[in-house]
Order: sequence, then C-alpha cells, then structure tokens
Amino acid sequence: MNIYVILKRTFDTEEKIAVTNNKISEDSAEFIINPYDEYAIEEAITLKDAHGGTVTVVTVGDEDSEKELRTALAMGADQAVLISNEDLDSQDQFTTSSVLAAYFKDKEYDIILGGNVAIDNGTGQVGPRLAELLDIPHVTTITKIEVNGTTVNIERDVEGDLEKIETSLPLLVTAQQGLNEPRYPSLPGIMKAKKKPLETLELDDLDIDEDDVEAKTKTVEVYLPPKKEAGKILSGEKADQVKELVSLLRNEAKVI
Amino acid sequence: MAKKVLVLAESRDGALRNVSFEAIAAAKEISGGGEVFAVLCGDSVHSLASDLIHYGADRVLVAENEKLKNYTTDGYFQTLKQIIDEEKPEAIVFGHTSLGKDLSPRLAARLESGLISDVTGLEQAGENTVFTRPVFSGKAFEKKLISDGLVFVTVRPNNIAPLEKDESRTGEVKSVSVEIKDLRTIVKEVVRKASTGVDLSEAKIIVAGGRGVKSEDGFKPLQELADVLGAAVGASRGACDADYCDYSLQIGQTGKVVTPDLYIACGISGAIQHLAGMSNSKVIVAINKDPEASIFSVADYGIVGDLFEVVPLLTEEFKKVLV
Repeated sequence: MNIYVILKRTFDTEEKIAVTNNKISEDSAEFIINPYDEYAIEEAITLKDAHGGTVTVVTVGDEDSEKELRTALAMGADQAVLISNEDLDSQDQFTTSSVLAAYFKDKEYDIILGGNVAIDNGTGQVGPRLAELLDIPHVTTITKIEVNGTTVNIERDVEGDLEKIETSLPLLVTAQQGLNEPRYPSLPGIMKAKKKPLETLELDDLDIDEDDVEAKTKTVEVYLPPKKEAGKILSGEKADQVKELVSLLRNEAKVI
Repeated sequence: MAKKVLVLAESRDGALRNVSFEAIAAAKEISGGGEVFAVLCGDSVHSLASDLIHYGADRVLVAENEKLKNYTTDGYFQTLKQIIDEEKPEAIVFGHTSLGKDLSPRLAARLESGLISDVTGLEQAGENTVFTRPVFSGKAFEKKLISDGLVFVTVRPNNIAPLEKDESRTGEVKSVSVEIKDLRTIVKEVVRKASTGVDLSEAKIIVAGGRGVKSEDGFKPLQELADVLGAAVGASRGACDADYCDYSLQIGQTGKVVTPDLYIACGISGAIQHLAGMSNSKVIVAINKDPEASIFSVADYGIVGDLFEVVPLLTEEFKKVLV
C-alpha cells in the first residue's frame, strides 16, 4: 500500500499565546506535531504493518518543520517530504491544499491520512479540500478503519454518535481522538530516523506559480480575549453556598 | 452592496437545528438587504420549511430524495453544487457542525473559493463583512474577510443570536429535484451514543467532570444534575485519559470547544488545554476541593469543596426552584 500522511507543525497545547504586531508570537514557543495528526501517523504505521507498503509523511511548512517530520520518521514512517512555504506571501487553507494537490498529482496513493483539525487555526479544511482536488472520496473524524482489498470499513464520530461507513480505496481520511493511542518514538527509532530520506521541495519543483495559490481569505486583526475579572468565591456552610449560587445564577447571571 | 446568500439548513430527528436559524441571522447581515434563501435537504423534510421563513429566510428550496435521508458527502455535495450552479449565490453560510465541517471545505475547493470556518461574530466594514473566529481553541481571536469572489463561512452553534420568530412572515417554498449519482461512501448504520440527547456543541448548559470525579460511577451525580438542568455532560482530558468516560465527552484544545451559557466545572483543575475548550462560556461555575486550582481564575462563581458533597446539594436546590 502507498500510504501518505499530511501533517502540520503546531504550538504545544500547553503554550500560552501572546500577540505582537497583530500576529501570534512564536518566540520561545514549543512546537509539536498537531495531536490529531499523530493519530493519523499511528494509523498509517498500523496499516503498513498489516498490509505492507510505505508510509510517507508530507508537510507544507518552514525549515523548522523538519523536527516534526523526523519525529514522525522516528515513530515508524519510512520517508518524509517538506514542501517549503517560504516563497509564499500569504497562506490559507486554499493555498495549502492547492500545494498538496500539486504534490500528489503524479503520485500513486492508496490512502491519505490527516488529523481532522489542527489545534492552531482549527478549520479542518485541508483534508476535505485536498480530497476534492484529487477527486477521491473522504471520510472525516474517523475512530476505526479496516481495509480489505480495496473495500474500506470505517467508524466515524458524528457529534458523539457513531456512524459506520463503507467505501473504497483510494481514499482520504481524517483522524478523530479515539482512533488509536499514538506510540512514542523509541530510542532505536530516533537513531534510525536520522538516516531515513527527507526530501525538501520548493514551489518551483512542483510547477506552482505563487500567484495561483495566493490566499483567498485575509486576516485583518489578531487579538487576545479580554481578561476575565476575578470571580466570586462563596463562603459559609455548604448548604448556604449552594442556595446562594443558585440564586446568583438565576438573579444576577440570569442563565437559569 | 446587496448580496444573494444561501443558507444550508440542518435537521435532526425531524426538527430543525437551532444553528440553522443562527445561520439565517448571519446571512441576513451579510446580505446587506439582499436575498437570503435556505436549502433544506432530506427524504421527508418539506414540513420544516415554514419555520425557516419565520426565522427570516426569504424563500426555501427543498431538495427531497431518498438518497439524502442520511448525510453523505457525495449526496449533499452534488445537491448543493447543482443548486449553487443554478442560483449563483454571492455568499454561503453553513453551520459549523459535523455536517458543515465535512461538506464546506470540499465545496469550497470545487468552487475555488476561500472559506472562513467556525465564525462566532460578524460586523460590516464598508463593502465587506468582517468575521471573528477563535484560534488556538479560543486562546486568541482573529478577524478575517474575503474581499474577492464568493464569501463562504461556517458559523459556530450558540454564538450568533437568531432573529425573533415571526409566524406572520411569508415566503416561497419550492421543491427542487436533484440528480444524485453514485455515492462513494455508504452509511451502513448509525449508532446513537450521545446518552442524554443534548449535544455538547449546542448545549446551553454543560456539567463537566475532571479527575476529581475519581471513577466512572463518579459521573452519576453530575448526570443527575445535568438531567435536572436539561444540560449535557462533558469531561476534561484527565477524566477521559483515566477511562472515567468516553472521549466523545472531552472538552479542551483536543476535544470539543464549547461556549454554553452556563458551564459547571466539577473536580476540574483547569489545565490550559482544558481552559482553551471552555473559557469563552458565558458564565462559569467551578467546584473544586483545591482553592488554588486554576479553574477558579476563569470562574464567575466558585465553591471550594468536595464535588460529591456539593453537586447533590446543587441538584436538590435546582429541583426545588425549577418546579
């Protein structure tokens, strides 16, 4: 099987966010593989173990993204591709999916996996957009996948309910929490990862004219939510606190 | 400039979802006095159309087809694509729901358009509508616009106020026949798991538990409180990781991001990863044994105490006042 994973480098979930010059400040931030993409990598490796083949991880990002690609290689992916975004003036989900589509155009792929959403921008657009550009079906927020020949049986999470889907390869899926438990890279895995192939591509290598993939959306402002004023900590007997709380919720906050 | 705006209405269990009315309100504002028309898909949904008019749609197109009974990406994609080609809207509004998230990016790719997902607010700025959306799960916000071409957005449930229902409003309701070719994904079965039927992303009130609930059984008092309030039950990552509950309940940067009117956090310490998923709730109540827990820093009201003592008391008190 030719298995591909599209991944994104994101801020660590424990990072505090600061804004400078209308941009999220990246100074001294810790970066990780987008957590939902980790499920995709784990599932890709599991599929390879069951069906054979190669796992290729692909990202569109800056040169620092090599770190996250190496982590994916250390987990067990076979090869990695970094498509540099440094020639792009503006980048949104239209841009990223168009760049990825140009990369996949002459590739043979059975399945492409990604996270269902990235925890930074949180749009969840790139996966389904890419599937449409490649004219293959997609299934989002999957929690289980079984491949038999070209038939694929999937379970997906739909707002808490479970949907059972039948479809076929080639296919793009996006991972939901619960799909698996991503492995940690082992020490031998980390050593091996250093020698695995990592290809860097420029937009020119993919015959992309940057004007053609220019972002369709424009960000005019980035800001932090206003700080909350200190809340009211109740005191006294528990039963009285509870009475007071119910009264506050009804009469002051007016939410009940 | 007046715009023609398409709204995709969503129904579930034979009723329209609130987010459909919220999407109409957003569409009204985007339209700038233009026309707002709603599209309703399903196999037997015609009777729901009048409510869309009452909530502000100028007209409704009803696409009924047995292949639209269950949502499939291909079925809805082909239906919407056909209607968009015929109607040529200048803006499109979907709910940022499971369906909207699955369908909108694929349509945007085909239409070669931008898409602003998960919008929580909007305002006019000259010719453009500027949309507010959370990033980093609500740790920050951005304002975005699409200045050229189709304006395509999805709106987060519970954030944009619907228009007042007006049953005297009238509008055209028209059936459209759609041609649906082969579906590449087939829904074999839908297993209902959401126990109370109150969906986390649309819930007005959420009762959430953390590691402090200590066990699967520990969620029972929370469920009882939720039942009295008509609330949904949620959980922190800690509670999910410890197997006290299903991951479908998880609220946080990984998991669901929610903005209910009232969020009651029980035995949740308030890690950044959890706060990112709920700190934009309108009113937050924290119940925790540890007075230093960071959940108190975002709470409007706090009770320092054992949730197993406080929550049942709270349930009894609400029972008294809500009869």
